[in-house]
Amino acid sequence: MTLIKTSYNRRSFLKVSAAGSGGLVIGFNWLVSCSPSAETAIKGAPKEWFNVNAYLKIGENGLVTIMSPNPEVGQNIKTSMPMIVAEELDVAWKDVVVEQAPLDTEKFVRQVAGGSQSLRSSWKGLRMAGATARKMLMEAAAKQWQVDASTLTTSEGVIKNAKGETLTYGQIASAAASVTVPEEVELKDPSAFKIIGTDTKNVDIEKIITGKPQYGMDLKKEGMKVAVVLRPPSFGAKLKSFDDSETRKVSGVSDVIQFGNKVAVLGNTTWAAMKGKKALKAEWEQETPAESTEYHDKQMMALLGTKNGEPRRNDGDVDAAFKTADKVIEKTFEGPFLPHNPMEPMNFYGHVTAAKVDLIGPIQTPERTRRQVSELLGRPETEIFIDMTRMGGGFGRRLYGDFVLEVAEISKLSNTPIKLVYTREDDMTAGIYRPASKYKFKAGVKDGKLVAYHLVGTGINGNGWTRENWFPAGSIPNYRVESYGQDSNITTGAWRAPITNFLAYAEQSFIDEVAEEMGVDAVQLRLDLLEKAKSDPVGTVDYEPEKMIGAIKLAAEKANWSTTEDGVSKGFSAYYSHNSYVAMVAEVVNKKGQPSTRKVTCAVDCGIVINPIAAKNQIEGGIIDGIGHAMYGDMTFVNGAPQASNFNNYRLIRMGEAPPVIECHFVKNTNDPTGLGEPSLPPAGGALANAMYKATGQRFYKQPFMQQQIKLG
Amino acid sequence: MAQFNLKVNGKEHQVDVDADTPLLWVLRDNLDLVGTKFGCGIAMCGACTVHVDGDAIRSCSMPISTLGDKSVVTIEGLSADASHPLQNAWREHDVPQCGYCQAGQIMNAAALLSKNASPTDEEIESAMNGNICRCATYNRIKAAIKTASASV
Repeated sequence: MTLIKTSYNRRSFLKVSAAGSGGLVIGFNWLVSCSPSAETAIKGAPKEWFNVNAYLKIGENGLVTIMSPNPEVGQNIKTSMPMIVAEELDVAWKDVVVEQAPLDTEKFVRQVAGGSQSLRSSWKGLRMAGATARKMLMEAAAKQWQVDASTLTTSEGVIKNAKGETLTYGQIASAAASVTVPEEVELKDPSAFKIIGTDTKNVDIEKIITGKPQYGMDLKKEGMKVAVVLRPPSFGAKLKSFDDSETRKVSGVSDVIQFGNKVAVLGNTTWAAMKGKKALKAEWEQETPAESTEYHDKQMMALLGTKNGEPRRNDGDVDAAFKTADKVIEKTFEGPFLPHNPMEPMNFYGHVTAAKVDLIGPIQTPERTRRQVSELLGRPETEIFIDMTRMGGGFGRRLYGDFVLEVAEISKLSNTPIKLVYTREDDMTAGIYRPASKYKFKAGVKDGKLVAYHLVGTGINGNGWTRENWFPAGSIPNYRVESYGQDSNITTGAWRAPITNFLAYAEQSFIDEVAEEMGVDAVQLRLDLLEKAKSDPVGTVDYEPEKMIGAIKLAAEKANWSTTEDGVSKGFSAYYSHNSYVAMVAEVVNKKGQPSTRKVTCAVDCGIVINPIAAKNQIEGGIIDGIGHAMYGDMTFVNGAPQASNFNNYRLIRMGEAPPVIECHFVKNTNDPTGLGEPSLPPAGGALANAMYKATGQRFYKQPFMQQQIKLG
Repeated sequence: MAQFNLKVNGKEHQVDVDADTPLLWVLRDNLDLVGTKFGCGIAMCGACTVHVDGDAIRSCSMPISTLGDKSVVTIEGLSADASHPLQNAWREHDVPQCGYCQAGQIMNAAALLSKNASPTDEEIESAMNGNICRCATYNRIKAAIKTASASV
């Protein structure tokens, strides 16, 4: 049992009021940890710490409405998070309705953030909201019965007293609105959880399987025109001139508008705007250098070979250790740019008028985007309203609001309500890619021990290519990590599991090769290293070796790692990211002459599992995504122009290529939950590469693997 | 622009559009049936799958002028009360993540089951190869199709 405070510096985390239609409303902040004792949590909190962005309403009919501030991007947040509130409130899940909170209400201050940390950071706040409501309902019931609240119990929305009399939450909800907010509430012991840990179906499933409008792409407003935009064909190109005479002849095209370096075609329908864009003729001139993949490769290779600055971490003396080592292993791994390719192409609705700016669509960062629109239009943020729709995937792309700025500008210039729609080609060629990167690993072995480890990472734009304080940091006496960036005019950004989506594969492939060179079992080498990091770490580490050991042992056990099977090649990988630990074994077999992954067995430590059926969905999806991009994902450039533009020349994994069996096992514990939207992806490529090596005798140093001639050994 | 008559989900409609307008955009923009999704525009992802006289087709690549008097069924018309065996199986397996591709997946699978009531894994994989799920819910889609096939 845990007690938590509901206020800090005498200001409550919660706002309580009576519902207009009768009942109780509790406003709370969904996204911020509410543990007042944790100084770090307070320091890291946004300015509007005490403002609410979500609420739960208990109606007189007993129906509980939970308003979720978070748009749904496929991570199932709209189901899993309300489960936490319902658990502490102690109501039956069937009596809970989840609604997407509106933006323009006085009840809310929106502080929505993207990223995989939302579950972790909202855990306590959600529990507190539910527990507070429960306690207030009990206080109100106690008052009515003239008894002490401590003599009452609750179960599924019903309060019971010692005499066996009952009151439903709905009956007492209005009275509870006048109860003083308790200063402290009691949280359930995890062993008493009834909803958390139970398979709970997606709250939006009915809309999805019947085709109800809910995505930005589905939006239609009175007087709206559809805009399709012509953008530069290569990065660094500038619009010189354009000829819209053919475009204007297309029936249904209503206008053609240049804005900055782009041209928008406005149509009465989507098809008219798309056709109009195809008929546009434009001339471009290259303003900044036209970069190619060949150029990037050369620049990055050069960065791997030279010492460009201070290491990000340096334990012992790697140079000296390599000199005296019995064996030195050095390998370089290369990863390409990747587009995000969510199934719903970028789109947004905008209407700019003298009075206000209305923006509606799929975006993960409405607050930052509103600030950018404010700057672009020179309008105060108070006049700008952003509403969010369910998102047809994101994978990081919808963290960037460039398309919202576009629609705002087009609407302003055309004085018309606009729905901006990207074609698939626009979506794939407009930029903000996972940057290409390369890693050089060097390991030194002496007397059968891994004594030196040197990693240099590099990539396009930015310089944070490494996770130097994660495994194997702390386990090797001589350890150095460097990271250098190469600037480019090709736009880049976060892509599901940024950095680690490639780094993990490279590291886990390298460790596999080092284990082989040392003549040690791949799992045993990891366990030996982690034992050292746990019991006698070199320097400090930012991961918990004990948890990683737990995940590794569970995966190895469930996959029968130590037993061999004819025709089956197993590869191991384990990685810590986004505060979760994932270990997995991939099994590759011969399928019609080609190596094929028949099964992945994975073990995950993500603390308490809120919604197992959804958690497994995330894990399965992340593994197939990791395998798919390792096998096929590739975006190259020639003279600044992206070389893939649609699914005819960009390959995404399909059903027949996905491992048909994915087994998920959770390390059972009662630690606070961590996110699952990303952590299963990073280790997947390594497990695949290591299994493919056993099946083919070939090591895979470069993604995508399909570029390599793959032959079964 | 020209007038076209079409039958969608059992209802007659008349639209005035260019002859080359893909069925997808007639459905979405003219008839406000937005359950059928735009994914790629070149019949490579399957998000726009509908039934034309019972066959699964990619509506993004079918000009309205080629439809003739064939009847169209979209996700909105797959069943009267969301009780198609596939819709039931989709609930049971809690298939979707982002959900955007799912209408196309269900429509493609429905056409498969109408021709082959109990497909093997390999037949399912082959029939569903044209439908991309970027969230990679493939194994649940396959499991749901098998569950539905048992009750067709």
